[in-house]
Amino acid sequence: MRSTTRLIFMGTMVMAASIAAAAPPAIVTQGKGAAIACASCHGVDGAGNAQAGFPVLAQLPPAHFAKQIADFKAGTRANPVMSPIAMAMSAEDIEASARHYAGQARPKAAAAPADPAVIARGKQLAINGAWDRDVPPCFKCHAVDGLGVAPAFPPIAGQHAAYTVSQLQAWKTGARTNDPQTLMKTVAEKLTDDEIRAVADYLATIGTPGEGK
Amino acid sequence: MNQSIGYLLCVLALGGMVSGCDKPPPPAATVAAPAATAPAPVAVAPARFAPPAESDIPENEFGEAVLLGKNIFVNTQQYAKDFVGNGMNCANCHLDNGRKADSAPLWAAYVLYPAYRQKTGQIDTIQSRIQGCFLYSMNGKPPALDSKEMTALVTYHYWLAKGAPTGVKMPGQGYLKVAKPAQKPDVARGRAVYENNCAICHGANGEGIQARGEYAFPPLWGNDSFNWGAGMHRVDTAAGFIQANMPYGLGGTLSDQEAWDVALFMNSHERPQDPRFSGSLAQTRDQHHEENCLYGRTPEELAAALEKQAKTATAAEKTKPAAEQLEGISPAISH
Ligand code: HEC
Ligand code: HEC
Ligand code: HEC
Ligand code: HEC
Repeated sequence: MRSTTRLIFMGTMVMAASIAAAAPPAIVTQGKGAAIACASCHGVDGAGNAQAGFPVLAQLPPAHFAKQIADFKAGTRANPVMSPIAMAMSAEDIEASARHYAGQARPKAAAAPADPAVIARGKQLAINGAWDRDVPPCFKCHAVDGLGVAPAFPPIAGQHAAYTVSQLQAWKTGARTNDPQTLMKTVAEKLTDDEIRAVADYLATIGTPGEGK
Repeated sequence: MNQSIGYLLCVLALGGMVSGCDKPPPPAATVAAPAATAPAPVAVAPARFAPPAESDIPENEFGEAVLLGKNIFVNTQQYAKDFVGNGMNCANCHLDNGRKADSAPLWAAYVLYPAYRQKTGQIDTIQSRIQGCFLYSMNGKPPALDSKEMTALVTYHYWLAKGAPTGVKMPGQGYLKVAKPAQKPDVARGRAVYENNCAICHGANGEGIQARGEYAFPPLWGNDSFNWGAGMHRVDTAAGFIQANMPYGLGGTLSDQEAWDVALFMNSHERPQDPRFSGSLAQTRDQHHEENCLYGRTPEELAAALEKQAKTATAAEKTKPAAEQLEGISPAISH
């Protein structure tokens, strides 16, 4: 009863709180054979690891999450660490881990010790794009707050910069080809390496307002 | 005509007034020559006017009005909510905050008013033009001419047009005119184009997609979209907008045929009533919709009506200059 009242008061966090309260699924904490425990790299809370390039998984829309695992299996997305893990995952593993991570609060972004001019450049690209070179703003597709538009547009705010850089580069070089209608490739291939760095640094400095830890 | 404007802008660019010129200007003598005798340039893309950068908004009272105007234009839902009756923002159809060429940019619009418009049958000022936008595209009610909102919007238009030639139709003005496609536009083909290219953002039923309580992707039809009096309800206008600007980020990738087919499909759906509705669909259609649209008509009836129009246009009429070449006539056909 007491916990029910609390949940109601928590308003929009009801889903997140109730899922977080349940024990995390075994695939996340223990893994299964070649599918190494997700938590060992992404954390139980889905905060990932900035240095190692393990992405934040908290609040990924389940449909986007499942699509990524399917794309690793199909080879339209490839990574020497994550691909073999995805190959070993069953439909139930995907469903359980996607549901678990969708319910985690997105961690508060770390204040990156980056050059303010670089952050400003990145912010400009995220909000206004560079239409003189036909680069649309990131936030038109990933929502004004960068937290994504379910189901097809994932959150990019609060993501580790190294990971964001690696994905934009992968689209630019053609290593990642899983984006619908080539929507991301078309953006990434017009960005310079400096711009990629700047926008990734900026995105790492913003997160869910007032949420997370 | 357009090319000579391009040249003029190139010359100005050298003077440091306008940037964005990628071709060297012709010798000064050519520029001075009357447009009619200027040699036809070979494959020179006309230079585009470049509005001032957002970072150049001055930090004073004028700059505050520019900024408010920009905020109203980009986030009409919040900054002018009393005047809006649907889920749209001005910038949804005038991309890059009203800056993008071939997206009816404000810098090109500002310098063309006052102008006579067939739609209203009167001389429209930029203010009365903007009032029309609220009535039709925003399905709302027009802010008063002396309201804070109107003043801010006009100030934003004016500021974006800094250095633009008054009374001159500049390259990039309005929307593209897409050539008539080889095949008659078709709703079923348009539906397929929609499902493959548009639904991921605008939803399976054209309803748009919301994130955290506001539209991330605007609705294309239904109650929250533009009404039957808005320019975008015309199939030719929509085809021009779509060809240059959609799918978002992939402008220019649809064929002429695909643009017409998907525009017809989009505009074959229901949307809010034309505010000029007289109580009779047929009467409103005959009075206000002698145009390329599906108001009170089936696609078959539209095709037949257009064919009839083309036949009755005499050879003499065809050689008459188009309305957009007449001074003081707005090239924008509708809103
Ligand atoms: C050994 C470390 C490691 C383990 C264990 C691991 N991952 Fe990953 N994961 C990665 C790396 C590295 C990437 C980034 C891949 C890339 O760069 O394309 C990644 C990416 C992902 C992505 C894509 C995220 C996005 O935003 O597109 C998902 C989803 C994912 N992992 C799910 C899982 C799940 C579920 C498990 C547990 C079954 C798991 N991972 C276990 C290292 C790991
Ligand atoms: C035209 C729409 C569009 C624009 C503009 C856009 N994106 Fe994306 N982005 C997408 C889509 C769609 C995906 C999902 C791709 C997939 O299914 O794997 C995506 C995915 C991503 C991802 C991968 C996220 C993950 O979790 O793996 C990153 C990073 C990203 N975008 C960054 C950016 C940045 C930075 C910009 C601006 C420079 C940008 N995007 C602009 C459509 C867009
Ligand atoms: C990647 C996402 C995306 C795709 C795909 C896309 N659009 Fe859009 N569309 C947008 C966005 C975002 C806007 C608003 C632009 C702005 O506010 O700057 C928009 C605006 C519009 C508008 C004007 C506003 C309105 O709601 O009437 C029309 C019409 C339109 N799109 C039609 C289409 C058609 C037709 C297609 C397919 C050929 C398409 N779009 C594909 C994202 C998309
Ligand atoms: C649903 C799409 C849509 C929305 C929303 C919209 N417009 Fe427009 N706008 C158009 C169309 C269509 C035209 C006419 C273009 C033509 O016929 O060539 C136009 C024309 C204009 C013009 C004249 C352009 C010219 O070159 O003559 C101005 C100024 C303008 N709009 C301002 C606004 C303002 C201000 C708002 C918000 C209050 C707004 N528009 C909202 C679609 C839209």
